[in-house]
Amino acid sequence: MRGGVMFGRLRPLVAAAGRPLANPVEPRRQFRTGESRQRDRFRGYEPRGSWDFGKEMAEFRKKLKEALPGSDWNPLGISKDLPPEWADIVIVGGGIIGWSVAFWLKMKESQRNAIRVVVVERDLQYTKASTVLSVGGIRQQFSLPENIKMSQFSAEFLRSINDYLGFFNEPPIDVQFNPMGYLFLASEDGAAVLEENVKIQRAEAAEVSLLSPAQLQKKFPWLNTDGVALASYGLENEGWFDPWTLLNALRRKAMSMGVFQSLGEVMSFHCSSTEMVTEDGELINFPRIMVANVQMPDSIEYSPIKCSIVVNAAGAWSGRVAEMAGIGTGPPGSLEEIRLPVEPKKRYVYVWNCPEGPGLETPMLIDTTGAYFRREGLGGNYLGSISPTEDEEPDIQDLEVDHEFFQEKVWPKLAHRVPAFESLKVKSSWAGYYDYNTFDQNPVIGAHPLVGNLYFASGFSGHGLQHSLAVGKCITELILEGEYKTIDLGRFSFDRLIKGEQILEKNII
Amino acid sequence: MAAPMALRRGGRLLSLLRACPRYSSRSSRPAAGLLKGRILPYLYDRFYDMEAFIDFGTKLTGWNLERKNTHYLRIQEKYGDDLAAAVFALMLKGGVRFRGQTEWYREHNRKRFCVDLVNYQGVPLEAADFSGSIISYEGLGSLVNLKALKHLDLSRCPNVDDWCLSRLHVFGETLEELSLAGCPRVTERGLGCLHHLESLRRLDVSDLPSVPCKGLVRILLEEMLPQCEVVGIRYDEDELTLPIEPDVHQGQTELLREAARVQKTREIPA
Repeated sequence: MRGGVMFGRLRPLVAAAGRPLANPVEPRRQFRTGESRQRDRFRGYEPRGSWDFGKEMAEFRKKLKEALPGSDWNPLGISKDLPPEWADIVIVGGGIIGWSVAFWLKMKESQRNAIRVVVVERDLQYTKASTVLSVGGIRQQFSLPENIKMSQFSAEFLRSINDYLGFFNEPPIDVQFNPMGYLFLASEDGAAVLEENVKIQRAEAAEVSLLSPAQLQKKFPWLNTDGVALASYGLENEGWFDPWTLLNALRRKAMSMGVFQSLGEVMSFHCSSTEMVTEDGELINFPRIMVANVQMPDSIEYSPIKCSIVVNAAGAWSGRVAEMAGIGTGPPGSLEEIRLPVEPKKRYVYVWNCPEGPGLETPMLIDTTGAYFRREGLGGNYLGSISPTEDEEPDIQDLEVDHEFFQEKVWPKLAHRVPAFESLKVKSSWAGYYDYNTFDQNPVIGAHPLVGNLYFASGFSGHGLQHSLAVGKCITELILEGEYKTIDLGRFSFDRLIKGEQILEKNII
Repeated sequence: MAAPMALRRGGRLLSLLRACPRYSSRSSRPAAGLLKGRILPYLYDRFYDMEAFIDFGTKLTGWNLERKNTHYLRIQEKYGDDLAAAVFALMLKGGVRFRGQTEWYREHNRKRFCVDLVNYQGVPLEAADFSGSIISYEGLGSLVNLKALKHLDLSRCPNVDDWCLSRLHVFGETLEELSLAGCPRVTERGLGCLHHLESLRRLDVSDLPSVPCKGLVRILLEEMLPQCEVVGIRYDEDELTLPIEPDVHQGQTELLREAARVQKTREIPA
């Protein structure tokens, strides 16, 4: 049999050898059938160009190939980013927090594909996402030990990012970390608070130095120290990095570990409810999310995901996601009435050029007025801004930038602090949303007391990027093991909203 | 059926052995060998056990690096920070110099030191040479307690990066000479933190492949450290790489203009 096949393959050669006297100049030609007459007959009747038989056949053949088992083609035309029908954990929001939670869930799972995680993101271009529109700073100069610890964890993660997120045989991930430190300036009134904060930071083993105005002047000759009583300068693990690189690295690693990404928006939840009676005879309703309905973009269809746990990592829009689960919609006086106090707030960032400005040693400088700036690259570019006060809070409908704001509010303050900035040219600007917690400007982390399978990780008020890596790990521990192991974030739970206890962070920019 | 299948498979395997033009030496990545660059990734993508093996190997390398960069805590407790740092440097095949010495002390036999280091107990360590060693961020931790370090050589260390440079601020008062020559992972972002080193007299930044705009970086470094001599970068380092030679072109354009004028003057009477 095999010999037969071999002979069959060698037949042209054998034939050639058997015809030694054949004309060697004549080219050897393959045997081909001519074009079918059937097709010729059709060709004349069809109007030219409207129906090409060969093209149609090629198309048909392609479809046939796709419909064969093993390919994902379907005659009904399903879009690619459809979510799976069920999942163990649905993460609402594919920003840095969402992907960090997904990554840590996959890192901590007991065996490969033990849990099915879906990240639902409505805009994969991240046009409005706070993650990529942030300034990308990381600092340890907070007044709450939890915040300091989270930043330290994130800095350590970023330092060994290639051990966590690197791929075999790929170039190493470079998050463009600038270890330049944060320089907080305090006036006479704020000096005591600053000193107290530094004490807390040093207790957490953060390397922070206190500088007097004279030392400050010596270290940074370009700085005007009028009205500065004290400054604190972070020496290690502080600076800024590229959020986009980090987000993509996290996303890529998480997806390689088996996380599903779904393009769509969670529009509603289906809840089942259990009623329980307290000792006082009060009836309390415990809802539980069973199904998350995901709407595809440019479509009115919903695609339900059966799930057991939902993580609300929707950033500035997490208040709306919480409302879908009935949080904040109950009658007055009940537990359901307490809403998640997270709102989007617009913040501007301006980029300007000033060739005479401060040099390579420029830290992220936070003025006594709250204005901040940092260097961007080597070409004399700087970026910075200030948070608007409560009564001049801009409209959040779109991400338009108010250039008057720079002229009136930002520039005078910065030019006073750094005299070289009196002549500068604004080159570009952008705006992004803070996921602002109006209650106490600190994150809400952990499960809801009534909706037991809804976990929050939002309300970071501008620190989400630098805390994301730690929060992902902590939430994962809470979900999989039931308690915090790395950092105890129990104080940031939803319960504090019910009790009305504010945890105030003094160092908000 | 089986024979052609095997042949096809074999062909695909054989194609791995052929050099791929995409991964030629022009890419910035160090050129990987045949085994590491092509065969292992192929197997890694297709077999879970290969993936596990390779991941284990990577972890082993990382663990070894960590092990070699650990602190000598017992020595530190017994003999002080300076001796612990000296032992750490000698174990990484580096050199040390205590105060009052003029010669570097290096050790080739790392099991048994020739000189009794205990004699130097209490003498501050003034210079440490880690050139070409695998010192990392964790390893620098055993140096940060030194009070009198004047000379530090970190040249050609593959694991020294910007994070390491941010840790050098502790030597702000004492360090006079620092060499970062040939560190592949040091960039201009890390060089910015050297402004903490106020008494630095000499900084060697030659041959840093990750630093762009070298001439500009040198100017910025000199502005930042006015008392320090920055060596290893020429101001015109970037210009040299540009292929354009402006003088030649200027001459040519002028010649062309001349020729055009001559032609014009000829044309008008005709």
